[in-house]
This record gives sequence, C-alpha cells and structure tokens, in this order.
Amino acid sequence: MSFPTRRKILKSLLLGGSAMAAPSAVFGALYGRGEGMPWEPMKGQPPYYGTQEDNFFTAEERATTAVICARLIPSDEDGPGATEADVISFLDRQMAGFYGRGQHWYMEGPFAEGTATQGYQSEHPPAQLYRYALAELDNYCRDRHDAAFAGLSEAQQDEILKGMDEEEITFEGVSAKAFFDLILKNTIEGYFADPIYGGNRDMVAWQYVRFPGTRYDYRDFVKHNGARIDLPPVSLMGRPGWNSLE
Amino acid sequence: MTNHLPKVDVVLVGFGWTGAIYAEKLTAAGMEVLALERGPWRDTPKDFATTFAQDELRYYWRHGMFQETSQSTVTFRNNGAQTALPMRHWGSFLPGNGVGGSGVHWNGQTYRFLPSDFVAKSHNAERYGPLPEDMTIQDYGVTYEELEPHFDYFEKICGICGTAGNLRGDIQKGGNPFEGPRSDEYPNPPMEMTFSQDRFEAAAREMGLNPFPVPSANMSRAYVNPLGLQLAPCTYCGFCEKYGCGNYAKSSPQTTIIPVLMQRPNFTLRTDSEVLSVEKSADGTRATGVTYVDTSGERFFQPAEVVVLCAYPLENTRLMLLSEIGTPYDPQTGEGVVGKNYCYQVMSGATVFFDEEYTNGFVGAGALGMAVDEYNGDNFDHSGLGFIGGGYIACYTTNARPIESHPVPDGVPGWGSEWKQSVRANFLKTTTVGVHGASMAHRSNYLDLDPTYTDRHGRPLLRMTYDFTLNDRRLTAHITPVAEEIARGMGGREVNVAERKGSYDSMPYQTTHNTGGTIMGNDPQTSVCNRYCQSWDLHNLFVAGAGLFPQNAGYNPTGTVAALAYWTVAAIIDQYMADPGSLVQA
Amino acid sequence: MRRLALITAFCGASFALGEGQAQELSSSEVERGRYLTQAGDCKACHTDIENDGIPFAGGRALMTPFGTIYSSNLTPDDETGLGRWTREDFYNALNEGIDDEGRHLYPAMPYPYFTLMTRQQTDAIFAYLQSLEPVQVEEQENDLPFPLNIRMSVSGWKLLFFDDEEFVINPDRSEEWNRGRFLVDGPLHCGACHSGKNLLGASKDDEYLRGGTLQNWFAPNIRGGENGGIAHWDEDDIFEFLKYGRAEHTAPMQRMGEVVAISTQFLQEEDLRAVATYLKSLDDTSREPEEAPETARLEAGEGIYFDNCAACHATDASGVPYFFAPLGTSNKLHAKDPSTVIRIILGGARAQPTETVPSMLAMPPFAWKLTDTQIADLLTFLRNTGDRRSGAVSAEAVAEMREYLAEEY
Repeated sequence: MSFPTRRKILKSLLLGGSAMAAPSAVFGALYGRGEGMPWEPMKGQPPYYGTQEDNFFTAEERATTAVICARLIPSDEDGPGATEADVISFLDRQMAGFYGRGQHWYMEGPFAEGTATQGYQSEHPPAQLYRYALAELDNYCRDRHDAAFAGLSEAQQDEILKGMDEEEITFEGVSAKAFFDLILKNTIEGYFADPIYGGNRDMVAWQYVRFPGTRYDYRDFVKHNGARIDLPPVSLMGRPGWNSLE
Repeated sequence: MTNHLPKVDVVLVGFGWTGAIYAEKLTAAGMEVLALERGPWRDTPKDFATTFAQDELRYYWRHGMFQETSQSTVTFRNNGAQTALPMRHWGSFLPGNGVGGSGVHWNGQTYRFLPSDFVAKSHNAERYGPLPEDMTIQDYGVTYEELEPHFDYFEKICGICGTAGNLRGDIQKGGNPFEGPRSDEYPNPPMEMTFSQDRFEAAAREMGLNPFPVPSANMSRAYVNPLGLQLAPCTYCGFCEKYGCGNYAKSSPQTTIIPVLMQRPNFTLRTDSEVLSVEKSADGTRATGVTYVDTSGERFFQPAEVVVLCAYPLENTRLMLLSEIGTPYDPQTGEGVVGKNYCYQVMSGATVFFDEEYTNGFVGAGALGMAVDEYNGDNFDHSGLGFIGGGYIACYTTNARPIESHPVPDGVPGWGSEWKQSVRANFLKTTTVGVHGASMAHRSNYLDLDPTYTDRHGRPLLRMTYDFTLNDRRLTAHITPVAEEIARGMGGREVNVAERKGSYDSMPYQTTHNTGGTIMGNDPQTSVCNRYCQSWDLHNLFVAGAGLFPQNAGYNPTGTVAALAYWTVAAIIDQYMADPGSLVQA
Repeated sequence: MRRLALITAFCGASFALGEGQAQELSSSEVERGRYLTQAGDCKACHTDIENDGIPFAGGRALMTPFGTIYSSNLTPDDETGLGRWTREDFYNALNEGIDDEGRHLYPAMPYPYFTLMTRQQTDAIFAYLQSLEPVQVEEQENDLPFPLNIRMSVSGWKLLFFDDEEFVINPDRSEEWNRGRFLVDGPLHCGACHSGKNLLGASKDDEYLRGGTLQNWFAPNIRGGENGGIAHWDEDDIFEFLKYGRAEHTAPMQRMGEVVAISTQFLQEEDLRAVATYLKSLDDTSREPEEAPETARLEAGEGIYFDNCAACHATDASGVPYFFAPLGTSNKLHAKDPSTVIRIILGGARAQPTETVPSMLAMPPFAWKLTDTQIADLLTFLRNTGDRRSGAVSAEAVAEMREYLAEEY
C-alpha cells in the first residue's frame, strides 16, 4: 500500500478540498461547488507579531513615552506598573506596525475638529500624533519649567497630564486631549495585552489582577459560588510550568 | 471595463447569517446560488482556533475580524445642523467582515421580539392614543404568528439553550411569561448559571419579577442540528463577542449551516468580492444583477434572476442609495423611504461591586445570563409615562478581558496609582445589571449618502444622522432605576449607575444593533420593502437583515433577523418562483 | 447522535459468499461492480485528487517506501486506459497482479488482497469500469530507483510474498464472520495499512491488523478482541465509524477519512456489521507496561494538557463522545509508534465529513505554539495516565516529524 504525495497544491475533493482554482480573470477566491470546507494541515493564522524587532520612537521619544506610561500606570507598593510590564516596548512595536501607520483606519480628508461624539479626527495616524505631541509636550514643559517632561518631578508630570486630560493644556499643532486619550488607551492595552505583543512582560499585569489569561475551559469552575479561583495565568505562548527542562 | 459572467438564479450580496440562510434553503430547492462576500474566507481551525482565538488585542482592539474603516466607513453627526465626519475607526458598533459576518463574533443572545413589537404602531396607538407626529414608527406588515415557525426553525438550527415561557399559550415556570406563544421547547436546556446570575435571580424574585435564562447560542451540551451539524458544549472561556469560537460551541453560519452548503454543487461562494451596485433593467422594474469588484480592481457584472441584499443594514441601505433604487428619505418633507427610520439601542446599567465574594467574570460566555422582561415592549402599562417600548433587564457574565473590562467605582480617577489599585481590588468582584432598551424611530434620525467623503472606489460613504430621542430618554430614565433596584438587592458593597445621558456618542462601544434604512411595511409610501422583504420597486430584489426593522425592539436582533430571512425565502420558493412579480399589490 | 439510514442504491449488491447466492442478486452486474469498486476504494488511488483529476482516470502520485508510482487510468480509453483489456486480463490483474501485456504490477496495487475476489466479482468491477466515459490521459513515468524500476523485480517480490489465494470459508464460524473476514482481507484491504510491513513492503503475518507505519502515519491496531487496539469498541461503534464517520471514540481523519468518504460510508449495513463481527473476534497479546517516565515530564505534560487540550478533550480526557475524541483509550495515542498523534498535534486534524455527518470539526495545528519537548512531554503524560504505561515519547521523534511536515506542507 502507498500514499499519495502531498507536495502538490492540495485539492481534496470529497475530503473537503481547498479553494477551487479560479478562472484566470477572476481574483476573488472561489469556494463551494460541492467541494466542501477548505482545510489543510499546518495551516492557520497564528497571531501576527512580526513587528517584534521594529521600533518607531527615537531614543528621546522612547524615554519620554516611557515616563508618561509610568505615570499613567505607576509602579507602587501594591504591584507592578507600566515600567515592569515593559509597556514602552509594546508601544514602540505598535507604532512601527499597521496600527501606528493608521493603515486600517479611514484617513481621507478633509479633516475637521469634530464634536466630542465624533471620535478621533486627527489628520495624523497614531504614530505621527505621538511624534508631534511628544515634541509639543517637551516644548510646553521647557517653556514653563525649564526642563523636558522626563526631567520634571512626578508631581509636575502628573499635573501636566491631568491638564491634558481635562483640556486645560492645549498644544498648537495637535490636540493634547486626543493624544492623552490615545496614549492612555494604548498604555492600558500594553499593560494587559498578551505578552507576545511586548508588554505585560512575564504576565505581570495578569498576575497582579489575577486574570488567568488565555485559558479556554472553565467548566470545572462555573459553580464557584463567589469563591476565589486560583489559576496561574497562561499566555498564548504558554507559562513557565510547561517546561520540564528548567 | 466590466466582464460579464454567466447568469445564476440567485445572487446574494454578503455572506453572513442571512446569506447562509438564504443559500441553504434556495440550493435545497434546486436553485443555482452565488454568494458574493466582500471579506475573506473564515473558518474555525484557520481563523479562530483555540490556540489563538483568545487574543484581546488582536480581535477587539485591532479589529481582527471587523470591517476595516479604510475600506469603507460611515460618517456621523448627531443632528442635521452639524457636519458629519467619518468614523475613522469603529467605536460604538462593530460591523463584521468576511464569511460568517458578524455571526462569527456575536455573543449569541437569541431572543424573539414580542408579538406587540411587530405591530408597534397600531398596538400602541390603540392602547395609548395617537403617537407623537415625529415618531415615525410603523407595523412590520408581518406578524409574530406568521414568523413563529421560522423562529422555531432558527432556534433548532442554532441549538438555542433556554427555558420556554409560553408553550402554545400555556405559561411555563422558569421561562419568560411575556414571550409570544412558542410551538416548541428550546432544543437545549439553559446554560449553567454562575454566582452573579444566582444573585440576580434571587434579587429579581424578591421584587416579584420573573427571571428567566437568556436564550443562548452558546451550547449547554453537545448538539446535532437538523442539518446534521455538530455543536460542542460551551467551555465558558469568556471570549464570545468580538471573537470567533474555537471549539464549535457557539452557533454561527460556520458551525450551523455553511459545511452543508459547501457540499452542494449548486452553491458557489466568491470571497474578496465587493458589490458596487445593483443593476436595473431599462424599464426600471427589475434588477438584472450586480456589479462587483475583486481584489485586483477588476469589475464584473453578475447577472441573476433574483438579487438578495444580505450585507449589514448600513451597507444594504448604502447599496440601494448608490443604485438609485427607491426614493431616498428626506427628513425635511418626511417623504421618501430609503434611509428612513435608522434606529439603534438604548443601553444603560448598574454595576455591583462586591467586597467578599468573587464574581470571577472570566468564567463567562456571551449569552450566559438571567433576564427579566416585565419592563420590555408593552409588557407594562405606559399610561402617563410619555414613552412607548421598553427593554429587558439582564445580568450577564460574558468576560473579564482586562483591556475591556476593568470597572472602578465612581469617584476613582481614570489613571495613576489610585486607579491601578482600584482596578485590582475590583477586577474579579463586579457584575452589571444592564438595560437593553428599545429605540423608536424618529423623523430626524436617518441615513443618506455623504456629500463629501468617499470610499476607496470613489463612492460616497453612508451618512448617519442620529441622536437619542425624547422617547429613548424617558424610556431609559424609567427602566434604569429598576435595574438599579435589582442590583442593590444582589448583596454587593456598592452600586454605580450608568445612565444613558447626553447625546449619542459614536465612540464607546454600546452594541452592534444598527437597524432601519431599508424598512418593511404595508405601504410603499412609507417603506422600502413589503411584508415579504421584497423591494416595492424591483420585484426580484429582496432585502435581509435588521435594516428591515421599522423601529428597534428591546432585544438583540439576530433571532428576528433570521426568522425574517426564513420567512422571505419560503415566500420566494413557494410563491415567487411559481409566479415572479410583486407578492403584495401596492 | 442522529443516525440517518442512508438510502442505498445498492440493494442486494452486498457480498455473497457462495456462487449459489450470487444468482439471487437482483441488481445488474454493473451495479454490483460499482459497489465492489466502492468497497475496494479504487477511486481513491486512481483519481488525481490533488489536482482535481477526473475520477478513475489515474495519475495520482503514490508515495511508496521505494519511490513514487503514478496510478493508472481505469477508464475504458483504448490508448491509455482499459479500453482494450478483456475480462480475463482484468481478472489476472486483480487476482495475480499481471497486466494485459503480462507485466507484473507493482504491489502498490493491493492485489495481494484483491486476489480473494472471485472471477464473478472481478468481472462485475470490470463491467462497471467499462461503463465509464473513456478519458485519454498523459501517462507519467514512475519514479523508482534501480532495480525496482524494472517491473521484473516485482516478480521476485511476488515469489516471496504473494499467494494467489482463494477465499476459504471457515465452517466453524458464522456466515457473518466469514463475510467480514472476506471483506477485511479482500476488497477492503485493511491490512494494507493496518498490518506491519517487512522491509520489502509486504505484510507480516504476525503483525496482522496490529497497526502499521506508512509515510509517517501510524495506522492503529484495529483488533477488537481482548487486548486489541479497539477492544473497548463494540460492534455498533465500528459500524458507526465506517458508515457515519463518527463513533463515540473517534472520527476518521485524513487518511482513514478518505477511505470512509469514498468507500465505507456507501457500503451496506450488513457488510459493515460483518466487518465489525470479524474485527471483534481478533484477540491480541497484552502489552508489557513500559517504564514510568520522569515526574518532571509528567508534571509539565499535565500542565500543557490542562491549559491547551481541555477546551475540547475535557480536563479528565474524557472528550465529548462523537465530537472530540476521548483520549484515555485511544489506540493512536497509546500505540507503540506514536507517529500519528505527534503528527496530529503538530499539524492538526479534521474529522471526515460524510453524508450523514457533514460537520468538519477540526483540531488546530500546534506546531507554532508548542516546542518539541512540550509536545513530547504532553504525549508522555497522556500515555502514562491512570494505569496505562504506554511509554515515553522523545523530543527527537517530534523534531523529526516537524521537519517532515515542514517539507510536506
């Protein structure tokens, strides 16, 4: 007995083959015609984290951004903050990728300020908004305190961030509030996202709030009746307990 | 240049729930059916397997399976005096994309609208007298009784888990006593409830209400549907809405219909193919087919005997406007129909914070909840209240995905140490009692084509003009306190109420229940489609989806969307095919 | 589980053992031939499935341990098919492994099994094949190393391993058992995969249906008696597996899926039940328990199982019968050769859809997510839970399979 070679493009008929070959002029993929659901071994769309090595920020921007993140989610006696979670690495990769480029967003003009209910209306995609806003933030700080943002005391930093949040501080070219809202959102993302994206390093944030991560079966715990459930968190790439060699 | 393709019997524009429903029934009846889907192919093992489906950043915050606004978005304004601006990224609602559409990443809360919801205008006018002039609601033209067999069938296709409340007129203990009469039980028992639902149920009973398990498309046990397709038991992983289900435990087009369809030789699906317009015959009485563009940018004309719009309501409306089918709605004169009666959902709630007990929100599922229906539809006397309609009040435990769900009590700042510590202290100790409020149509809420912004093909974007109405505000002000009272009875430390105040904000996520625009009814002067969801203008054009709703009820729409699709497809097969033409004489 | 009775077009076409019974067959010879062709799964090899080939027109590349063989055209084309063949030629091919020009056929063609069929049966198959539309195809050269590329070498192989057997009825057994044995050893040629092979590719008698390794798959032990690989299956389970493509214990996947899809789901219930009766009669020797693995590996494996696999196979590995395989008793998991489970974890697997059960439940690939050591530890844990001691799995075995799959897909 012998087996068919699989080196060729898979088409598997009754076995629920892959997409039918499309007529030459048609680019949309064609399915159906009795061919079943496409399926192939080894194929899937595992998470995209290809921007792992990329970065967007200059050294100075990176330093300032890290300081902002550390004020938004501070490290304290209660537990880890944005610094321990390495949120800055998350942000750097995000800004270097499709998100930072606003690639999936509608970024056609004309651009107008918009009302509070109309959402993000900056002409700049996220990464550029960071760049311009960080520059304006440092200008603002130098004008008033003779130091860039990173050189100020934590109390001063908090005060400035509060001013941006509450729209008491405005920038010239970009919206300080839009930037503040964005960096707060992105910092929370980096703190709590799966560690494959660079933040939440070693799942510190998940451990801190006791989120068990990417587990996919809690049937044994449905009847918890209000009791605490202790399960170590698991990331998409596992947890330390998976390794017998260490 | 446009390439002409060979004619098919039926072309479906969009391949989510309604596309799959139409395709299954029409191919079973022997027709040659082609579905055109703008997005890509999607299926469980490849696109949302258990190995990576539970990725909050990718699927929710980076919109892994939603329509990309760079392809097409809507412009938005609260009222006609403002300039609409594009939603540059999604916020308040999340239209799906790709095979299965939003049916891949829904929660699975599968209600039937109340019998009175289908006759909202005549019913309320009869009971409470004339309605405000600006409230442009109307009857569906089809009744609950007519749709009942189709609700029943869809529930069996999905294996909905629940407890019947009204079985052929007999009120059943433990179910929703207000629901319309059901011809059969739910195919599966309700899900196993957790701590929060137990507390909600006790508190609601204490108030004399009748809590019932939310009808769920997350499986309470292994199930095989009438098409022979297998649904596995839900594992309460807490990744339903905005995510695909990795272990076949949530009903979706992929799990309940598509595998059967894909084995039929008379069904074809073309993905990555975006329909640009519906083409009309020279005399303007028939649709001749659709023009679509594939990823290479090449255009194709696909002729068909019958065209069905199965895209999301916003896109169906836009396609009709772009194709110049029917008269566009004009809010000044109140005339015209396409784009009329855009409605949404009025959501509010009360969050309970516990001190001792853990709610463990990560042990959750999209439709894991208990609800009460005393304040929905016309289940209570609205005399003197100044509004009609209502909403269900429910306690769901859907997730503890931390980027999305980290509530802190009122008064805690939005960032900094105090915020962080409060997030931790409350993370596994909260639950919410929500109000799922109806949205009544208003003359000034509508959809039309934007005069400024265009999509990547140069076609105008859809413009949404929408704000909450006086009816909405009175409705939510009346019912939210009931939710609060239930919440206060659940034994927590404190309760924070999130009322629905101010203007509609397009950014914070509320719900993907956008309705209207291609509404159905009994009069071509006030509706786009007749009672069979057939265009009044082109008899071989049918429309599916929540765009048909003349106004939105206080429930999640999918059950009713599906029932309308099955109702229409039965009319096409039983009546239209034998004698093509308008099924209702105007 | 919904059990739909398939409407079969083959009423009366099932296997009859005695010549006398054959006379009672109500259907035409062509119909009987079609049924036999399905039972023999001829279409699977003789259709170039990978390239949307025309059924029975051949051209499918078949990998043997010795090289690539392209299947032949069975349609009645004069030039490239069986157009000029006689019934006698065809009988000789199936019965003796000799083609119309007297050349020896490579034993990729399972004539060592088909030889059990009677002349009447091979005539029926021939009649069916001759009723097909003739298709002219381009013939492809086989890719075999010397001396195997010389067909005469096959004659040496046949001398050693091939018996031109007649089926002999065992009078001590029931008619159903005999029918089952005929089907298993004849047209269904189960042993072609499920029996171990010697180095020259012939089935070894003492490995009969105890499992065989081919092309990096391990076709599991399918003996159903005491200590057999499917000892825990009852006859209904075997029937459901072959007919519906689902059983309480597992579903046919890639390779066996093909067999169920093309062949067994269309066979008559009485034939499949006869197969079940026969397989259930085959006892096996009990396996010596293997050495218990290191605790660290078991602990890591347990964690990996709980975090990754429980979502379908349940925390206690009991699975969801008919949906997700219970693992405690799996003949693939506990096989001496773990190739198939390693392969499934790395590359994923898909339950075969059938006419009765069209679902296509699939297990996703874990190759991107788990390391060789993690997969080895996971399997080591699973093979050593409860009172089972099926032996450890090495990270090297996983690495080899990973390399093979990377090349294949």
